[in-house]
Amino acid sequence: MKPPPFEYLRPESLDELCVMLAGTENAKILAGGQSLMAMLNLRYVFPDVLIDINRVPGLAGIEIKRDRLRIGAMTRQRKIELDPLVNERAPIVAEALHLVGHRQTRNRGTIGGSLCHLDPAAELPTIALLHDAEIEIAKEGGRRTLPIADFIVDYMTPGIEPNEVVVAVEIPLWQDGHGYCFHEFTRRHGDFAVASAGCLVTCDASGTIDKIAIAVGGVSTVPLRGVEAEEVLSGTSGDDATVEAALSFCDGLDVLGDFHGSADYRKHVARSVLRKTLKTAISRARDRLGGLN
Amino acid sequence: MSERSIELTVNGRSYSGTADVRTTLADFLRHGLGLTGTHLGCEHGVCGACTILVDGVSARSCLMLAVQAEGSDVRTIEGLAEPNGDLHPLQTAFRDNHGLQCGFCTPGILMTLMELLDEQPDPTEADVRDAISGNICRCTGYQSIVAAAMQAAAELRKGRRA
Ligand code: FES
Ligand code: FES
Repeated sequence: MKPPPFEYLRPESLDELCVMLAGTENAKILAGGQSLMAMLNLRYVFPDVLIDINRVPGLAGIEIKRDRLRIGAMTRQRKIELDPLVNERAPIVAEALHLVGHRQTRNRGTIGGSLCHLDPAAELPTIALLHDAEIEIAKEGGRRTLPIADFIVDYMTPGIEPNEVVVAVEIPLWQDGHGYCFHEFTRRHGDFAVASAGCLVTCDASGTIDKIAIAVGGVSTVPLRGVEAEEVLSGTSGDDATVEAALSFCDGLDVLGDFHGSADYRKHVARSVLRKTLKTAISRARDRLGGLN
Repeated sequence: MSERSIELTVNGRSYSGTADVRTTLADFLRHGLGLTGTHLGCEHGVCGACTILVDGVSARSCLMLAVQAEGSDVRTIEGLAEPNGDLHPLQTAFRDNHGLQCGFCTPGILMTLMELLDEQPDPTEADVRDAISGNICRCTGYQSIVAAAMQAAAELRKGRRA
């Protein structure tokens, strides 16, 4: 048998889950299992207790309330990818999800699981950071909401306590017709990204960028916002020379080197991935602006 | 050891068995139920050999625990051919196009394609390649697999119209 021994618990309500979390030591939550099961099979983790939350009702679902998209933590990635509302209102989420693993893993993998695993090369934490998402967290006797910037603490370390569970993520929506792009470089489709980048942008009627968000993933221990690049591009027309100037933000990145390539190589890839992302997002913003008028 | 009894449906037939809670669904199918058509390559979610359908969607059975499939409707490679041995059009297409050599990856690829062809009866070659991107084949070079999938899709469309 591959996984090490553990006690298996399967709560059937959120309350029951929270009580279990409060009453156990060294427990791991089993969501979609697309990372945790592999880690168990490889014996990278040795939980005393495995709490399977797949049968907790109310943790999956997609809804749009005013200008916010709320996705339950246990919503399967492929459900989100194919959801018509998500495709219409937050197309970058679907674009990024198509790059997450493979259809078989997206069928089981969840948004909450990916956020809590917080692999630096994973797409969903980068998407959440790009949107200034808010993470809803529950524990016995309480709930709290954490901005994604605080949720991302460090390498594979989310800002939740052992007695807490993520129940949903709320994503503020951008206005209709915004430009977007999520792009990444992988050795093969579905592999972990050597570098990835996302951009959301809106232009005013004259084509000047009035709002822009940029994030990069896969290059550092955590996904990062490109605040300097955002500042360079805001208020400009987003022409090629300004995009080029914005890329210099990559020079300051603290880049990981690993078996995919050296830190220098990765920095080079990050630059070119970001260049393509910015150009696509800006041109989509212009095209879609034209389409709306 | 913490054993649990598990009841589930596999290829339309009810099964019950017991498994330690840490048994993967793949091992339960193979060792518990004797359904050894589902193959295990990597056992950590990267090769796709163990792909089955769980409640209608493709999943890697090495990344699920047997206890999680309790009450589920599972389909495996053993369920494709007719009980009298007549091959499913997908299997026929693989034979016609040399879509397999050693056959190790084949169960996982066929189950992935079952899902694809169900969702998208008229896929492009690019759709097929995208769908099987999570299935590693070390023999064929994929060309013949894609050709087989396209033939099967056409066959199945004919069947639907008839
Ligand atoms: S054996 Fe399950 S993916 Fe390789
Ligand atoms: S036929 Fe041998 S691995 Fe695919």
